[in-house]
Amino acid sequence: MKPGFAAAPANAALTAEGKVALYRLMVRIRRFEERSLRAYQAKKIGGFLHLYIGQEAVAVGCCSLMGKDDHVITAYRDHGHALAVGMEMNPLMAELYGKATGCSKGKGGSMHFFDPARNYWGGHGVVGGQVPLGVGLAYGLKYKGLKGACMTFLGDGAVNQGSVHESYNLAALWDLPVIFVIENNGYSMGTSQARSSAGELARRAEGYGMAWGSCDAHDLYEVRAFMSGFLERAREQSKPAVVELRTYRYRGHSVADPDNTYRAKAEIEEYRRTKDPIQVFQNLLLSEKVLSDALVEKIDSEARAEAELSAEFAEASPFPDASDLQKDVYWEADNPSERKSGGRLFFD
Amino acid sequence: MPAIQYREAIRAALADELTRDPNVVVLGEEVAQFHGAYKVTEGLLEKFGPKRIVDTPISEAGFIGMGIGASMLGIRPVMELMFWSFYSVAFDQILNNAANVRYMSGGQIHCPIVIRGPANGGTNVGATHSLTPENVLAHHPGVKVVVPSTPYDAKGLLKSAIRDNDPVMFLENTILYGDRGEVPDEEYLIPLGKADVKREGTDLTIVTYGRPVIQSLAAAHLLQEEHNISAEVLDLRTIRPLDMDAVLASVRKTHRVLVVEEQRPFCGVGAQLAYMIQNEAFDELDAPIARLCTVDSPAIYSPPVEIEQLPNPQRILRAAIGMLS
Repeated sequence: MKPGFAAAPANAALTAEGKVALYRLMVRIRRFEERSLRAYQAKKIGGFLHLYIGQEAVAVGCCSLMGKDDHVITAYRDHGHALAVGMEMNPLMAELYGKATGCSKGKGGSMHFFDPARNYWGGHGVVGGQVPLGVGLAYGLKYKGLKGACMTFLGDGAVNQGSVHESYNLAALWDLPVIFVIENNGYSMGTSQARSSAGELARRAEGYGMAWGSCDAHDLYEVRAFMSGFLERAREQSKPAVVELRTYRYRGHSVADPDNTYRAKAEIEEYRRTKDPIQVFQNLLLSEKVLSDALVEKIDSEARAEAELSAEFAEASPFPDASDLQKDVYWEADNPSERKSGGRLFFD
Repeated sequence: MPAIQYREAIRAALADELTRDPNVVVLGEEVAQFHGAYKVTEGLLEKFGPKRIVDTPISEAGFIGMGIGASMLGIRPVMELMFWSFYSVAFDQILNNAANVRYMSGGQIHCPIVIRGPANGGTNVGATHSLTPENVLAHHPGVKVVVPSTPYDAKGLLKSAIRDNDPVMFLENTILYGDRGEVPDEEYLIPLGKADVKREGTDLTIVTYGRPVIQSLAAAHLLQEEHNISAEVLDLRTIRPLDMDAVLASVRKTHRVLVVEEQRPFCGVGAQLAYMIQNEAFDELDAPIARLCTVDSPAIYSPPVEIEQLPNPQRILRAAIGMLS
């Protein structure tokens, strides 16, 4: 563990309550996802479930730095970011269960969580497909004269998509306030970085004349210290950057995927034992006497209870009605009193 | 009323909306300094400045996706594709992101974006520059698809498209850009989803849209003059939403339908129309529904043969006579 990040300005400004809140958030994300995994195994959840377990310090560290005009968009491993921007467990778990009370009314699923009121723009399923949208959010901020930034998260597997490089060029060409945050968990599905990507991931920014950097992302303090400068620069100078945050996921790409063909169990155990982001931050806060063993236990049991209640909420919630299928497709169809067009929007 | 070119009518619509709404911004390849590959945006940079009229790199997936993201935040981008054929490069952005994001977010987001540019064959540019993807676009719930045939329609429809809160795909035609027609200076809007009877007739209805409207009018003239056949020409103007009421009203009047489209036949707009007409007005039909499409191969380069590959007045004439004999 590198010393000294607690003293970085972004972290020195934190109150004890603020530190506990960040710790609690990471624990809540983990307990939420562990509960969702059990629901998935019980076949309460369909489709894919891409768990964020092991990566919590990235989303919490980055999103905890957001100001009112900062925005976030990410890919399909989106549960952690959703909770990190302040979404509640109930609508998230209900969305996983495909229920009408879900954050997307059961229409999006695990990969498509959104909360624009909290500046959270998803939740996108196609690798790299969200990256131009993130550039567009930054473009919109600059167009409106707002001093905000858009953190555009992508995985290490996305960096070879053309849409990402087109986005880099546009962001650098027009000085857009976007930070491309590569969450490098080491594997694009089952293909290691060494087998998929040439060179240093963030260094590709140099080709576009953009600032870049990389850091280990298991220490929440380090993530905040590292990111705050890039965010400030984006807000104040409207300058983009590419950053790589080195992290690790404990589960398979999606939980239904085999996890023993491309990495050893010992590798996972080693990371969990030495770099688990929750354990690392817990140790730091215990040594600062911000946390106590009793408080650790209380936070954990409250997070478990909250996750359990969210599963009960989801279980008790109704599914969408088949008559809801054609709602939320067109703005005009959803706002019939303001409809200007004629003709049929839907077909049998 | 002044007679202006189709491209000038589109330019007038852009200028109107740029003036009316500060959130409207025009982006695309060569739209600013170069004045547009087809001179549609000529003079707009000088009038509205570089914040509102923006040249993009050749990077369709990037800049179309950027426009979609900006539209989620309330900007109203009007994006020019130099050719709609290049939509294939931005397919994921248009049809996964713009078309689906409202649904996937449970209605929390909408994308007030217009993507416009020419989509046509007939200019001897071969298969990669001659796509007419209105059927592919209209296949996706969430997007609207407009294909204007005249300067008057182009202006009124584009103004409505820019004010629309859903993503609108606006398909123009390079061969029509120089066509002139009367267009009022004063404000008017043509709502999406309203078809227009371009010629009244009694013996058959030609249901069509885009440049084939002009060709069908020429064919209808010949049918009347040379064969004493009275053809009605119904211009759909919008593919989705679709003005089926207007189609059915014309079918009830003439009892014969010829669909003409600059589309290959398989899964084309005409296939959907023919299904709907027989489903909803079977008893009104005195003959099977006929279709005239682009001949089913990639777009040929060879100039005289491309004329025969596409709908043209003589092909339309023969098809009409064929279904009446």
